[in-house]
Amino acid sequence: MQARETIVAPPRGWLSLRLRELWEFRELLYFLTWRDIKVRYKQTALGAAWAVIGPFTTMVLFSVIFGNFAKLPSEGIPYPVFSYTALLPWQLFSRALGDASQSLIGNQGMVTKIYFPRLFLPASSILSGVVDFGISFLVLIGMMLFYDVVLSWKMILLPVFLLLALLTAMGVSMWIAAFNVRYRDFRYVTPYLVQVWMYATPIAYSRSLIPEQWQVLYSLNPMTGVVDGFRWALLGTTLELGPAFGISVAAVLLVFIGGLFYFQRMESTFADML
Amino acid sequence: MGEYAIEAEGLGKQYRIARGKRRVMLRQVLSDAVSSGIDTLRAGLGAEPDERPESTRRRFWAIRDISFGIRPGESVGIIGRNGAGKTTLLKILARVTAPTAGQARLLGRVGSLLEVGTGFHSELTGRENIYLNGAVLGMRGREIERKFDEIVDFSGVEEFLETPVKFFSTGMRMRLAFSVAAHLEPEILLVDEVLAVGDAAFQQKCLNKMGDVVGHGRTVLFVSHNMAAVRALCQSALFIDNGKIVYRGDVGGAIERYLNLGDGERSTPLEFEASAGRKAQILSLALVNEAGKVTSSVPHDRPFSVLLKLAVRAPIFKGQIELEILDGDFNTIVMARDVDQVETSVISGAAGTYECRVRFPAPSLVPGRYSVRARAVMRMRSRALLVDEAPSVWPFEVFDNGSVLSRLNQKWGGKFILPTEWEWAPEAETHGQPA
Repeated sequence: MQARETIVAPPRGWLSLRLRELWEFRELLYFLTWRDIKVRYKQTALGAAWAVIGPFTTMVLFSVIFGNFAKLPSEGIPYPVFSYTALLPWQLFSRALGDASQSLIGNQGMVTKIYFPRLFLPASSILSGVVDFGISFLVLIGMMLFYDVVLSWKMILLPVFLLLALLTAMGVSMWIAAFNVRYRDFRYVTPYLVQVWMYATPIAYSRSLIPEQWQVLYSLNPMTGVVDGFRWALLGTTLELGPAFGISVAAVLLVFIGGLFYFQRMESTFADML
Repeated sequence: MGEYAIEAEGLGKQYRIARGKRRVMLRQVLSDAVSSGIDTLRAGLGAEPDERPESTRRRFWAIRDISFGIRPGESVGIIGRNGAGKTTLLKILARVTAPTAGQARLLGRVGSLLEVGTGFHSELTGRENIYLNGAVLGMRGREIERKFDEIVDFSGVEEFLETPVKFFSTGMRMRLAFSVAAHLEPEILLVDEVLAVGDAAFQQKCLNKMGDVVGHGRTVLFVSHNMAAVRALCQSALFIDNGKIVYRGDVGGAIERYLNLGDGERSTPLEFEASAGRKAQILSLALVNEAGKVTSSVPHDRPFSVLLKLAVRAPIFKGQIELEILDGDFNTIVMARDVDQVETSVISGAAGTYECRVRFPAPSLVPGRYSVRARAVMRMRSRALLVDEAPSVWPFEVFDNGSVLSRLNQKWGGKFILPTEWEWAPEAETHGQPA
């Protein structure tokens, strides 16, 4: 039997992502996700209802203010369905930012007492958000039936966009989680970041409202591509996915890969800073 | 392949201590950046930049130049007083924290047990926590499945398997946690003071289990304050003091050194130059341990004494000797006078050279850093006039000699240990209970 060799040495360089190690520990990711889901639905009396109440309330607010009063165009789709479709990935994303960024601090005991890839802490809290996503997705199907919106064949591509949403959430969370450990007051910034980000993403309105000359800059927001993708796949909106979508995807990959390197680089210092 | 299961070469870990503020704040970093920008500007304009006190960014080595080799199947104890660097060493080997210097090689699957119950979640049931904790400790799902019954059996909490752990007593929780950990089967096991859980019977059970582990050819590194456990489980031991390996060899030798701590940094009394002009003068100052050895560190649970040598050249009317113990911040926390017990001080008497031993009982001081200051004064109504003060203080450390608190990983509080008595009784039943 080949004995496994572990070398313990001071961290050097940016290059090691230690992907093999992530694979070896994969079962732990499963257990941590399972824990996060269990705890989430155990602790609250309302349980699954919370997953729906959040986006649903926002949708009602948006429909009244932006749909009814401001009469924003919604690409030929009933406004409630239009905004709720965007709120699905947004909910996943904003919750991930909140939970994942606290995940290292919230699991201090583990981080300071045992070795495992710390990446799994933000990752598991994001993956557990998929359950919430699933529940609110069912509500969307109900709404679409109610408003007579025809399901498009493009729906089979939804998992691709869900994956894109998860990658975005993970990418941003890795940055924020590592930042939170390093700068303890960064968590005060997060809520504002999320709020500003939401209005910079086509959730309450359509991307078509953005003037032509700003479209490229606007598409640099990774969530723009995600939201567009969701509407495209679910609602068959008139807005086609063009080069702007490509820019968003590139931005997602950049944020994700950058975050992965940064997080793995900072990992060895977490235990000392918590 | 090398002949060692664990091989460390020059391992070192440096920590930075920012005095006062521990956490780095973003706003502080930003404002520092702004103010350093202003400093640069001012420096450019010819102004002196602000000097940052050195103490705000002090660094120290928690461990340094640690090198050793441990053969497969060997079980080695690590002993030393609190803060000596034992846990830091273990954390580095367990990869919880990265070393600043040097490297270590570990051959085989590594399991570490720095704390019992890491990753326990109070909302989850006992059963769920067994799985979770097992996974956190590095067990595979199938492995946990296979050992599940054994774990439950060992813990003795099978009736509460479906109860959330938050309803468990601390003892039950600890037992369950230890049971999971005890069924870990790595080739190398790193253990930090975890046997102090549960009642005596359960502790014995844990010790036996550890004995099994050791007997099965596992390589074990075991940190403990429990000398009996080290003696029972380990073939050899490392004694670490001030971040360095002071001794490596048989368990007996290491324990002996641990118990004789105190032949430390300072071994001769502080002597002060005599100046004939003073009527009374403190000539020397030293702290000695129970055995009468001059030292700068004493165990918290043993008495110690302060030795003074005093020259009286002319009697001082209403004179007195004061002995102060100062805490780490140089606040006086104890003030002892020779006139506390006798009416007339020795310095009000005949000229000559005197030696004095001032005994302090044990336990008296909470583990930490202190110093002793000695002076001779003359009482003037409500004030005191300084006659002589020893030019330097005697710094010393009171170290935790294996208290219950240290085993629970708890901090001492306050400055003094007073022998309090806790008397418990069931509440008296009220008379005339309603039918």
